[in-house]
Amino acid sequence: MDNTLSHEQHAQIQAHIQAHQHVPGGLMPLLHAIQDDIGYVPEAVYPEIAKALALSVAEVHGVVSFYHHFRTHPIGKHVLQVCRAESCQAMGSEKLEAALKATLGVDYHQTTTDGNVTLLPVYCLGNCGCSPAVMLDDEVYGRMSAEKVTDLIAEVCHG
Amino acid sequence: MVKVYVPIDSTALSLGAERTAKKMMQEAQARGVDVTLIRNGSRGLFWLEPLVEVETAQGRIAFGPVQPKDVAGLFDAIFTDALSDTAKAHPLYLGLTDELAWLKQQQRLTFARVGIIDPISLEDYLAHDGYKGLNNALGLSGADIVKAVTDSGLRGRGGAAFPTGIKWNTVLNAPSEQKYVVCNADEGDSGTYSDRMVMEDDPFMLIEGMTIAGIAVGASQGYIYLRSEYPHALKTLNEAIRKANVAGYLGDDILGSGHTFHLEVRRAAGAYVCGEETSLLESLEGKRGLVRFKPPLPAIEGLFGKPTIVNNVISLATIPIILDKGAQYYADYGMGRSRGTLPIQLAGNLKQTGLVELAFGATLRELLYDYGGGSASGRPIRAVQVGGPLGAYLPESQFDTPLDYEEFTKIWAVLGHGGIVAFDDNVDMAKMARYAFEFCAVESCGKCTPCRIGSTRGVEVMDKIVLGKNHPNNVQLLRDLSDTMLNGSLCALGGMTPYPVLSALNHFPEDFGLSNKEAAA
Ligand SMILES: Cc1cc2nc3c(=O)[nH]c(=O)nc-3n(C[C@H](O)[C@H](O)[C@H](O)COP(=O)(O)O)c2cc1C
Ligand code: SF4
Ligand code: FES
Repeated sequence: MDNTLSHEQHAQIQAHIQAHQHVPGGLMPLLHAIQDDIGYVPEAVYPEIAKALALSVAEVHGVVSFYHHFRTHPIGKHVLQVCRAESCQAMGSEKLEAALKATLGVDYHQTTTDGNVTLLPVYCLGNCGCSPAVMLDDEVYGRMSAEKVTDLIAEVCHG
Repeated sequence: MVKVYVPIDSTALSLGAERTAKKMMQEAQARGVDVTLIRNGSRGLFWLEPLVEVETAQGRIAFGPVQPKDVAGLFDAIFTDALSDTAKAHPLYLGLTDELAWLKQQQRLTFARVGIIDPISLEDYLAHDGYKGLNNALGLSGADIVKAVTDSGLRGRGGAAFPTGIKWNTVLNAPSEQKYVVCNADEGDSGTYSDRMVMEDDPFMLIEGMTIAGIAVGASQGYIYLRSEYPHALKTLNEAIRKANVAGYLGDDILGSGHTFHLEVRRAAGAYVCGEETSLLESLEGKRGLVRFKPPLPAIEGLFGKPTIVNNVISLATIPIILDKGAQYYADYGMGRSRGTLPIQLAGNLKQTGLVELAFGATLRELLYDYGGGSASGRPIRAVQVGGPLGAYLPESQFDTPLDYEEFTKIWAVLGHGGIVAFDDNVDMAKMARYAFEFCAVESCGKCTPCRIGSTRGVEVMDKIVLGKNHPNNVQLLRDLSDTMLNGSLCALGGMTPYPVLSALNHFPEDFGLSNKEAAA
């Protein structure tokens, strides 16, 4: 296995694989479980997943890479998703995106140099009644401006 | 003791409802007043969220939007008497919630309980007509349940508007030991959130609808395929499912009837195309979400190759009221072949956004101005996209079109999931057309060429048009490309991307650098 993973993480992944081995269509919930714990799905564990679920490594790779939600590399401590879909565009999300990229000094799919925040695009958060919307970790925030998001990051990441 | 309601719906939370709720409890403690705080769903008046309600002898009184800083003042006004003149003089006082014009004019059938009850209280659900539909269904044969659904005229609310009863009948008549009920909770369209509200604000209604579906067609297992962007819905659904199991509304031998129905939530992973039903089934099987060729229909060969009902959240959540009040009761709402009600979601640049449930037949203008209150920016509303990212853009001249599947088809538009996104006159429609291709390119499953390649070429052609390069030829190319995608794509992602593109071009040619004459050429 990947030696960047800790013992504890190895154990967590093993437990998830065992729990999902015999679940019908269990690959998706397994990948979710791993990413929920570790923050991403390490490529080093594809062979074990493949073996346990009677798949080829290529199939596992194919599934992980198909879905926007799954990541193959570690990310920042917090994830900031900015909605790029139509309703949010109608309320100025383009400006918000540009301002956030400038403030954080990163483009989409990148992490700030302090390792705190990874910036991701998202297409609708179901909060279109209060566009523009962002999601920081598991919480949605509506009617956002660049200042409000910056305050939010400060509050969640440092406060 | 005073009962106070502070919503726990994600949109209310996105505007600070959690902090308001905490502050309410702190204030109550500091003042030594006895307050019972109930976390209800949202009534759907988003410009007033967080909307706080106080129970009185005359009904619930609403205040909003209530920020933490308003809480102390609110206590001064409502304790001891929310009906007093001091309460009425409070700047956030809105009066009896049920008398608010926005709510009073609606026809809430599916959303009857949303915002009123505590979403994860089974007692609350039962006290508000919950599980009456299931109780009736348990006394009927599968064929009779399916007949009631057919007679109600219910058509799928997920976009394609296919008659739900016909779909169920196919599954009912497909011989198999194992069948499935799958709820499509992928709700990826911009401007839509009614599925999310059902799952967060009245989850037992969806559970009841799916249970009835399972009993009707003889399916013992159900899955809710939920988008990963909805963590609150996930928590609420799982808690509601747990309670339904404990109380015998799910599991083996439901309410002693001998029927079995198990239900599980499965998380999606951020792929828009997985809202397409066959792609969704592939994903549920643990595969890449590639669209399947049809036939066979999922009703014959669906999940794991077995007969499967795939329905949208709202379609399934509408089943309990049909089985409770009867097919005719539901069919009496609506116009033409569009029966019943449609939960409409107002979004984008509007003063008053939120959930409006009405019988089919209301016009866009009524929704945009009477309910929406016009644009949020105060500028003219120039374009409206109905039905998500694959829906057409409509100009002001079409705002009088009634919401009805067939009327929308006539103007080359779709109702989709009932999401309405308004844009003011700052919108650049060429940019929106480009975005439609870009979205299709990002989300394409890649199985067929018109969509996989066409969407990327579409972005390039749009870039040239915006730069004014070789104009007439590139507009012709745009039309040819759209035509290929329309006619050659395997599913509606590629097949409907031309709707936003061509409607933008046809209704707003000036944004493409064309005069009306050039555009028509
Ligand atoms: C690209 C694409 C995305 C779709 N997304 C959804 C969705 O998020 N939710 C939904 O209910 N239906 C969606 N649909 C429609 C489904 O394929 C299907 O028609 C629907 O789930 C059937 O349920 P209903 O009959 O209750 O509407 C989508 C279709 C396409 C082509
Ligand atoms: S139209 Fe696009 S999403 Fe649909 S099957 Fe073809 S490639 Fe896949
Ligand atoms: S479009 Fe941004 S939340 Fe829906």
